[in-house]
This record gives sequence, structure tokens and C-alpha cells, in this order.
Amino acid sequence: MNQSIDVRGLSCPLPVVAVRNKLLEMKKGILEVLVDTGTSKDNITRMATSAGWKVEIREESEEYLMVISK
Amino acid sequence: MLKEFFCFRKYIIFTGVFIGISATVLQKLGNPPNMGICVACMERDIAGALGLHRAAVVQYIRPEIIGMVFGSLIAALIFKEFKARSGSAPLVRFVLGFLAMIGALVFLGCPWRTLLRLVGGDGSAIFGLAGLVAGIWIGILFIRSGYNLGRNQRTYPLVGWIMPLIMMGLFLLLLFRPQLPSGAVFFSSQGPGSQHAPLFIALLVAMVIGFLAQRTRFCTVAAVRDVILIKDTYLFTGVISLLLAALVSNLILKQFQPGFQNQPIAHTNQWWNFGGMVLAGLAFTLAGGCPGRQLFLSGEGDADAAVFVLGMIAGAAFVHNFAAASSAQGPGLWGPASVIAGLIICLVIGFSMSDLGKKKMEDKK
Repeated sequence: MNQSIDVRGLSCPLPVVAVRNKLLEMKKGILEVLVDTGTSKDNITRMATSAGWKVEIREESEEYLMVISK
Repeated sequence: MLKEFFCFRKYIIFTGVFIGISATVLQKLGNPPNMGICVACMERDIAGALGLHRAAVVQYIRPEIIGMVFGSLIAALIFKEFKARSGSAPLVRFVLGFLAMIGALVFLGCPWRTLLRLVGGDGSAIFGLAGLVAGIWIGILFIRSGYNLGRNQRTYPLVGWIMPLIMMGLFLLLLFRPQLPSGAVFFSSQGPGSQHAPLFIALLVAMVIGFLAQRTRFCTVAAVRDVILIKDTYLFTGVISLLLAALVSNLILKQFQPGFQNQPIAHTNQWWNFGGMVLAGLAFTLAGGCPGRQLFLSGEGDADAAVFVLGMIAGAAFVHNFAAASSAQGPGLWGPASVIAGLIICLVIGFSMSDLGKKKMEDKK
């Protein structure tokens, strides 16, 4: 089952920390992340890809839905 | 592998190199020694120019601060990242900005100037840098314990424009230099405040920095924080690039003078060089970024970051009006006490706004 997390409105570095903790807990699967700033999107992409996860990003009305999978 | 490393990081490396070179060149063009760009010092000078403090030697409306906000604003508008947002504990952010400025002015420099002092040969900057890392480390302990200032909310576009408009007002004051009966706008005739690069060169350079930093998310505090917290060296690469570029530039421009004694706009009381930057590093980490980053965020519509910047300006006024600012002779009369009080307040904020404090509150309920 897909898991999801909403990090909109959180200040740096909380979004990337929250997603990292979630990914460490999941180990594999699909995580959907709702993000509202380019900084958080970039940080999460960098962290997830370096940990071997695949990241897909969809932009929806000035926000981003990130689908992170492994 | 090396190629991939540089390809992925080329923009952050370029940003660091650009800041390093331009800061040292601005110094050559007239900015104070080892202070090509110091966000804290420059905001302190703006506070002085407005008459919020009356230290006659540090009063000037620094176009670098204005330019960094404008550059970030332009980048954010072009790349559709301008988003007006606010509401994440703005008063706490004001206090954190205020306290960060106390720490910075006891050391005599923000994280940017810490690096620039270091590559100018000022040995005391090592103690400042150690303090900065220690402060960031304490902040990380709170972040790991669930420290959170709460979510911000999207808001009216005007809210995001307030900081750029304030900067436009400052720019007009700088350009037309009105002289009111009170003496404002104040411009130093001697001391660091009287030393400055040509206005439009400084403004343009700072706008480029603001533009680049908005795109790359350059941040000196997050650079250290991310290495420790999430093992990410992306921003750290930018800081190392800044250091190396500024060092080479200083050597070429003959601005490298190694030693501890008689360094420009610095003192050698290492306890308080360290202590001041512990406070600054902790306050910046609790607020989410270095003073430069707060300017860039305020340029892209983050009103909470703007409140932090205003807190820093208010803090600068307090530091000088209450004899807490350091000078070449050492910390001011109330500098050490202010740092200790600031650290206590930061610890209270960190504790009460993390899971540690929340658990206590739930237990009471």
C-alpha cells in the first residue's frame, strides 16, 4: 500500500528530515510526498536519489506531488 | 564519478566561487577589511543609518542587503517560485533574529564574515567558526527531538512583497540621502560605516548573488547542518568553494594577513568569539538558515524570514544601545551577559517547541 506524507508549510530542514525518517522506516515501497517549495523538492530529491530511491515529480497548482519508490 | 560530482554540483560551486571572489573584490573596492559581505554587519549599519542606534562609525545603508533581496525576488519571479507565505511562529523568529545578531556582534561577524575573516588570515575566526559549528550542533539536537516552529500558510501576495518594498524604500533613502532635522539619514564619516564600494557595483554584485543563491539554495548554516543531520554535502560544497575562491582572491589582491593580533574589526577574546557564535549558530539553526538565506527567502515571499531579518536589525540596535557590541578591545560591557541570556532563551525555545516540551505539556493536561 502506498504511504503518504504532507510536508507543506514546514520550514527547512523539516521536510527532508520527515521524508528521510519515513523512507528509513519503509525500506521499500511507494511514498507520496506533498511539497510546496522548490527548496524542499530539491532537498528531498537529492536525499532520496542518493539513498537509491526513484523520484517522480508532478507539479500541481504551484505545489509538487513527489512519488518516491524503490 | 568525479565528473558526475561536479556536474551535479556545478551551480552551487559557481555560487560559492562567485560570492568568494565578489566579496573580496568589494573589499578591494572600498568595503571594510575582511567584510566584503557580512550580512549581520551590513544590517547593523542599516540600523545605524536609520538612527535605531547612534554608534557613529557604523551607519550606512548597505546596498548589498538590498541587492540580495532584489536578486532573489527576480529569480523567484522568473522561475515561478515567488510564493507569499507566513504564520510559522513569526514572533519567535523575530526573537531568534534578535538573538542571532547579539551573538554575531559579540564575535563581530555573521557566518559569511566568519569565513571571510578566516581566509583574510584572522586566526580568531577559527574560534568563531568552532562556536558556529557548536551552535548548529545544539540546534540539530533539537531538530532531532522534533523541534518545529509550525507550518506556514499561503497568504495574500502583498505580504510577500512587503520585504522587497522595504528594501526599495531603503534604496530610495540611499539614493537621495534626505537630511532630516533629527540628523537622519545617518551616514558615517569615519570608521567601517564610511568604507564602502561604489553603490551600483555593490548593488549589482549583490543582485547576482541573490539570484544565484535563490536558485541554488545557498546557505552557510544549512551547509554544516545537512552534513551532520542528513549526510548531504551539497551545500557544504558551496561553502568550501567560497572559502577557496576567497582565499585565492585574497592572495592575488594581497589581502591575506595571517595572525591573531591587529586584525581588522576583530578582537582576540577567544572565549567570547566562540560564545558569540555558539549563540548565533544556534539561533540561525532554530530559524532554519543563515542570515543570507533569510534574505533570499524574504525575497521569494517568505514573510517569516522577513520577520527574522527585522529581528536582526532590531537586535543590532539593542546591541549598540546597550553596550553589548564588541570592539577591537574586546566584548562590550554587557556583551557576555547578553550572550548568556540569549543562549538561555534559545534553549527554552528549542526545548519548549520540540517533542521534549510537548510531552511535558501533554503530561500536564
